[in-house]
Amino acid sequence: MQTKKLTTLACAAAFAMLSGAASAQISGNTVKVGVLTDMSGTYSDLAGAGAVLATQMAIDDFIAEAKPEFKVEMVSADHQNKADIASNKAREWFEREGVDAATELVTTSTALAVMKVAKEMNRITLMSGPGSTPITNEQCTDLAVHYTYDTYALANGTAKAVTQQGGDTWYFLTADYAFGQALERDSSAVVTANGGKVLGSVRHPFPASDFSSFLLQAQASGAKIIGLANAGADTTNAIKQAAEFGVTPKQALAGLLMFISDVHSLGLQSTQGMYLTTGFYWDLNDETRAWSKRFFDKHKRMPTMVQAGQYSSVMHYLRAVKAAGTDEAGKVMAQMKATPINDFFAKNGRIRDDGRMIHDMYLAQVKKPDESKYPWDYYHIRQTIPADEAFLPLAQSKCPLVKK
Amino acid sequence: MEIFGVPSALLGSQLLVGLINGSFYAILSLGLAIIFGLLNIINFTHGAQYMMGAFVAWIALNKLGINYWVALLFAPIVIGALGVVIERTMLRKLYKLDHLYGLLLTFGLALIFEGIFRDQYGISGQSYPVPELLQGGVNLGFMFLPIYRGWVVVAALTVCFATWFIIEKTKLGAYLRAGTENPQIVQALGINVPLLITFTYGFGVALAAFAGVLAAPIYQVSPLMGSNLIIVVFAVVVIGGMGSIMGSILTGIGLGLIEGLTRVFYPEASAVVVFVIMVIVLLVRPAGLFGKA
Repeated sequence: MQTKKLTTLACAAAFAMLSGAASAQISGNTVKVGVLTDMSGTYSDLAGAGAVLATQMAIDDFIAEAKPEFKVEMVSADHQNKADIASNKAREWFEREGVDAATELVTTSTALAVMKVAKEMNRITLMSGPGSTPITNEQCTDLAVHYTYDTYALANGTAKAVTQQGGDTWYFLTADYAFGQALERDSSAVVTANGGKVLGSVRHPFPASDFSSFLLQAQASGAKIIGLANAGADTTNAIKQAAEFGVTPKQALAGLLMFISDVHSLGLQSTQGMYLTTGFYWDLNDETRAWSKRFFDKHKRMPTMVQAGQYSSVMHYLRAVKAAGTDEAGKVMAQMKATPINDFFAKNGRIRDDGRMIHDMYLAQVKKPDESKYPWDYYHIRQTIPADEAFLPLAQSKCPLVKK
Repeated sequence: MEIFGVPSALLGSQLLVGLINGSFYAILSLGLAIIFGLLNIINFTHGAQYMMGAFVAWIALNKLGINYWVALLFAPIVIGALGVVIERTMLRKLYKLDHLYGLLLTFGLALIFEGIFRDQYGISGQSYPVPELLQGGVNLGFMFLPIYRGWVVVAALTVCFATWFIIEKTKLGAYLRAGTENPQIVQALGINVPLLITFTYGFGVALAAFAGVLAAPIYQVSPLMGSNLIIVVFAVVVIGGMGSIMGSILTGIGLGLIEGLTRVFYPEASAVVVFVIMVIVLLVRPAGLFGKA
C-alpha cells in the first residue's frame, strides 16, 4: 500500500517536472505579440486597426489549429509614425510586459528604431508595413524579418513594366524623406537599366496637400511618365489633382507605392489604367478570397497587402515558437528561417539571411469602371514576378550578415 | 524667356497657383481673425470646422442628393449652427479667463471632431467630384487653368471682401467693432452684445465650412485635411496681425504667392517659408504687419 502510494507520488512528481520543463522554455508560459502601428495618422487605413485585427485573427487561428500548451496574447499601441515614441514603447514592452515580438511597424523610421532596441534586448521584429530597403541592407539585424514588400520590389515591378511598355522618359514627384528618396533612387536605377531616361524630379514636403505647383513642373518637363515616389494621402491628392490640371491623360502616372485602400478611396474613375506592384491581392485565388472574406466580415474593408502580410508573419512566428518549443529569439528565428512559408499570402516564401522574406509579387493594373463587376473588384493581375526576381539579389546586398 | 533660370511661363503658372492657395489662406485666416478680434478666443477648432464643412458637402451629395451649389450654402449653415451651440454652451464661460483656456477647449474639440470622423470614415478620405458646370479647363498659353480653381479664387475673394465691407462699412459692423472695444457701453445703448458675439462666432465658423466646401473637389475629403492646413493659417493670422480683417486677407494672398515662388526655386523649403517669414515679422513688428501695437 505504502509503496503504491509512493510510486503514484513519484510518478505525479515526475510528470509535473516534465511538463514544467516543457513550459519553462516559454517565459511566463505566455507568448506575447506586440503590434506597434499607426492607429490614427496617414497610414492608419493601410495598416492600423486592420493590422491589429489581422494579428488577432492569426492568434485565434493558431490556438484553434495548434492547441498550444502555452498562452498567446496580443498588445497594441499607436506609434504616431514617430521613431522616438516607437522605440520607447518597444523598450517598455520588452522590459516590463514580457513582449516577445514587436510587429507591423509601418513607416521606416519607426521600424529602424525598434529593430535596434529589439536586437539589444534579444527580441524579434516582424515588419509588414515599412518599405525602405536599408531594413535588410545597411541596417539589417539577425532577429528582424522584413515581410511584405520593399522599395526595390516596387520599383522593380512598376518602373520596369512601365518603361518596357514604352514609358521611357520619367519625372519624379518625391516625398522629401527617407522612404520617398529610397523609392526614387531605386526606381531611377530600374528606369535607366531598362533603357529609359530620368528627366528630373521635384521633392515635395511630407505631408503636402496641394500638389498643383509640383504637377505643373512635372508637366513642363514633358516626360511621358510621372512617377509618384510617395504614399498614402500624398499619392491620392497628387492623382486627383493631376486629372484636374490636365496632366493626365496626356502624361501617365505611375504610383510607385499604392495600396488597395488608396484605389478604393480615389475611385476607379481617377485611377483606371494605373500600374502598381503589390504583394497581395484579395481576389487572386480561392484561398486569398476565403481569408479576405473573413477579414472583410469583421473590418468592412478588404485587406491591404500590409494587413494580409501581418497575419501571415504572425502565424509563421507562432508556428515557429511551437516547433522550437521556446520563445528565445535566436532559436525561434532559426526555426522561422528554416521553414518555408506556405499559406494564402505566400507560396514557398522563405526568409533569407538578411531578414528579407521573399515571395512572389504581382504587377497589377487598375480596372476601368465598367470592368469592375462587384465591390472591391479593382485589379487586373498582369504579371506574377517570381520571388527570386522580385527582390534585391543577395549578391548586391549590403547586409553584413550575408556571407559572400 | 527666362527669369533667374526659370522659364517665365512656369513662373506665371506658379504665381497663379499661389494666388489660388492664397485665397484659401485668406478665407480661413479671415474667419480666425474675426473670431479673435471680437471674442478674444484663439479658435483651434477652425481646421476641424473646415474639414466638417467638406464632409457635410460630401454627405449631402452622397446620402441626401444635395448638389454642390446648395451645399455651398447648406454646409456653412449646418456647421455655423454647430458653432453657435459650442459658443452658447462652452466658449461663453471662458471669456473672462486667460486665453489659454479657450485655446485648450477649442483644441480639445478639434481632436474630438477629427476622431469621430476618423472612426466613421477612415483616414484615406472620400472623393468629391467637381460640379459639372465647372469641369474642364482653359489654356492660358502659359498654363492649363482648371475652371474650378478659377472659380475658387473668385468665390473666396468675393466672400472675403464682402465680409470686410460688412464689418468695416456697415452699421452692423460698427456695432460689432464697438462691442469689442467696450461691451458695457454698447450694452447700455440697448444692443444685445452676447447675441452679437454668438452670431460672430457662428459666422466665423461658417466661413471655415464654406472654405471646406470649396476645397472638397480639390483635395480628398479626409478627417485630417484641416489639421494639415490650420498651422499655416495661424501663421498667416500672426503675420497679418491678430484681429486685423484686411490684414488677414492681404497676408493670406501674399503668402500664397510667396509659397508658390518657393516651390519653383527651392521646393524643399516650401513648407517652411511661411514660418520663416513669421519669425522675421515677429522680430521686426511684434503686432504683425497690419496689427495695432
